[in-house]
Amino acid sequence: MYELTGVTKEYRRGQERVDALAGVDLRIAQGDRLVIQGPTGGGKSTLLQMLGGLDRPTAGSVLLDGTDLTRLSEGRLTAVRSRYIGFVFQSFNLIPTLTAQENVETALVPLGAKAAERRRRAAEALESVGLGERLGHLPSELSGGQQQRVAIARALVKRPQVLLADEPTGNLDESTRDEIVELLEGLWREHGLTFVMVTHDSALARRAPRVATLRRGRVTVTENPGATVRRPAAQPAGEPAEKA
Amino acid sequence: MFFTYLRRELRRRRKAAFVVASGLALGIALVIVVTSVSAGMKQAQGKVLESLYGLGTDLTVTKAQERPAEGAQPTRPRFEFRGGEDGEEQSGDRLMVQGFQTLADSTVATVAEQAGVDRAVGGLSLVNLKINGEFRRGEIQRGEGQAQGRGSGPGGSGGPGDTVTGGGASFDVDSFTLYGTDVTSPDLGPLTTSTISRGRTFGTTETDAKVVVVDSAYAQQQDLAVGGELKVKGVAFEIVGIATADSGQPTAQVYLPLKQAQTLSGSAGKVTTVYVKATDSTRIDAVKAAIQENVAGTTVTTSADLARTVSGSLDTAAGLASSVGRWLSYAVLLAAVLVAGLLTSSAVSRRVREFGTLKALGWKSGRVTRQVVGEALVNGVIGGALGIAVGLAGAYAVTAVSPTLTAELGAATGGFAGRGGMGFGGGPGAARSAAGRSVDIALTAPVSLATVGLAVLLALVGGLVAGAFGAWRASRLRPADALRRVE
Repeated sequence: MYELTGVTKEYRRGQERVDALAGVDLRIAQGDRLVIQGPTGGGKSTLLQMLGGLDRPTAGSVLLDGTDLTRLSEGRLTAVRSRYIGFVFQSFNLIPTLTAQENVETALVPLGAKAAERRRRAAEALESVGLGERLGHLPSELSGGQQQRVAIARALVKRPQVLLADEPTGNLDESTRDEIVELLEGLWREHGLTFVMVTHDSALARRAPRVATLRRGRVTVTENPGATVRRPAAQPAGEPAEKA
Repeated sequence: MFFTYLRRELRRRRKAAFVVASGLALGIALVIVVTSVSAGMKQAQGKVLESLYGLGTDLTVTKAQERPAEGAQPTRPRFEFRGGEDGEEQSGDRLMVQGFQTLADSTVATVAEQAGVDRAVGGLSLVNLKINGEFRRGEIQRGEGQAQGRGSGPGGSGGPGDTVTGGGASFDVDSFTLYGTDVTSPDLGPLTTSTISRGRTFGTTETDAKVVVVDSAYAQQQDLAVGGELKVKGVAFEIVGIATADSGQPTAQVYLPLKQAQTLSGSAGKVTTVYVKATDSTRIDAVKAAIQENVAGTTVTTSADLARTVSGSLDTAAGLASSVGRWLSYAVLLAAVLVAGLLTSSAVSRRVREFGTLKALGWKSGRVTRQVVGEALVNGVIGGALGIAVGLAGAYAVTAVSPTLTAELGAATGGFAGRGGMGFGGGPGAARSAAGRSVDIALTAPVSLATVGLAVLLALVGGLVAGAFGAWRASRLRPADALRRVE
């Protein structure tokens, strides 16, 4: 599904050059579940942004189902994001003035879905994350865990092939963290997604079959035979992405 | 989603929205008030000029009085009274051309033939001066040693030590202005500045009729009414109508058919003013040039020439409205748009993560930009609506208060010296009567649809410009940078 070759990302911080990624090579198969770990400033979030087409590398290529995201125009890249990639952020990133249902609908707006269809699908997505009773609530009226559930519903309502989560439990307490992790893993299993998650939490990393560790912009991938959560062998993978 | 998102955002940032809308409203209200007051000034100036010219008149042709020769006395009205019995009433009546040198009425035809002239009519401006009174003889007090006796007259002889007591003269001076109007062209000339409030105007066939139309103020002063009689130089005229000046003072106190005016004043075939209507109001200068070239010795005055001679509070206020007021209102509007732009831009800065998230979800830059511009546009529309309401209220208040402005008319007004005429014809004094003449006009502030349209346009443009500030920032926002930003 993903094939990253020699991905480099340099930043300028004043006169100083920072290599967030220094020649990263990485393959992620369809339906895979990968956890990215590493110290703060190690390039984890940068790598996730490369995978999500949110940023372009200084050098190297990011192939998604054979399409090099680094060569796509901004418009095409936006289209790829809108159709195939779901994001979950550490700070939830919900629109504060929109209700839970409307927040979920924002993911369907770029797809051109009609209002009635948007409302129906958003309600279903919220139902699937256990928030069927909270459709009309504003983010400020929801707990942190509930807000993250809304964010997950927003990521999944368009039925993406890839789910990218950046520290999705970083702002949650321990019990809520477990709820969210179980929800994400359940959805991964259910929908056959390719699931990439950045986390500091070693406990979460131990549950994943593959762990990519980023240090000073370089990645090391380790298999985790003791992963506690695996996809059932018969579970089908999602539809391949169209060539963008 | 667009409208839901927009409505919620405006509700969330209602204080900022109120500031933006209020700023725009202030600017737009000022533009409306200043524009409508300017329009009112123009109308007032138009009324002043119209009151002089008459409706539909584009130019007038006159001939100024010539200066008397060095050492010569200007021609003045002369009254001669014969000596008579003590207390015998003496009276004299003079009907004189007022203000200008006369032109041959063939000039009217010559002017009418000029290129660009639609029609031309002549008029004769007159003043009637009547002196009525009596002389009283004095009494001679004889000196010492002489018998008290009565003198034979004012020049009676007396002896040494005689003194004359009492005696003298008591005379009333009555004057009124007349205007001989071409009754065959009732829609051109000075009578068009008045409305017939009672009776009727002249019939087009009444060139020889002994009929007059009297100005309402003069009629009230002299207790004249329709159906009554007015004597002009001893000739009785029937009063057929009472005319009320639309604004300012009337052109004359009594209007009569031109031919009658010419006959009574001994000015047969003469006119003082030719009123000209051009075929095209944009060609007035060309018409003026043509008349000046082909009708020698005349003064051609256009409304533009006349406007230049208008001064006083009307002129000052008009100048202020068109210069300071207009620029001030546009400056306020510009400042409001800039403030609105900065607030919009600042709002975008506070929402970078929000917009970054939307872009990450697949919202195109154009959609995000439209959202920002839409919010600014709604602010503009709210500001516009508020501004129009305040502006209309301001304009209504100006109209309700109707402050009085005074238009001072300069001396070089050509064909208008006779207006309101107390000028005594014949000499330079007549020209002086035009100088410094003032007309009071109540200021109104009419709001035209064009002004409202301008306000709506300014509100939309203001909103769009303000939105453009934020939209520019939003469109340049890269989702990765936006998501990295910590609020």
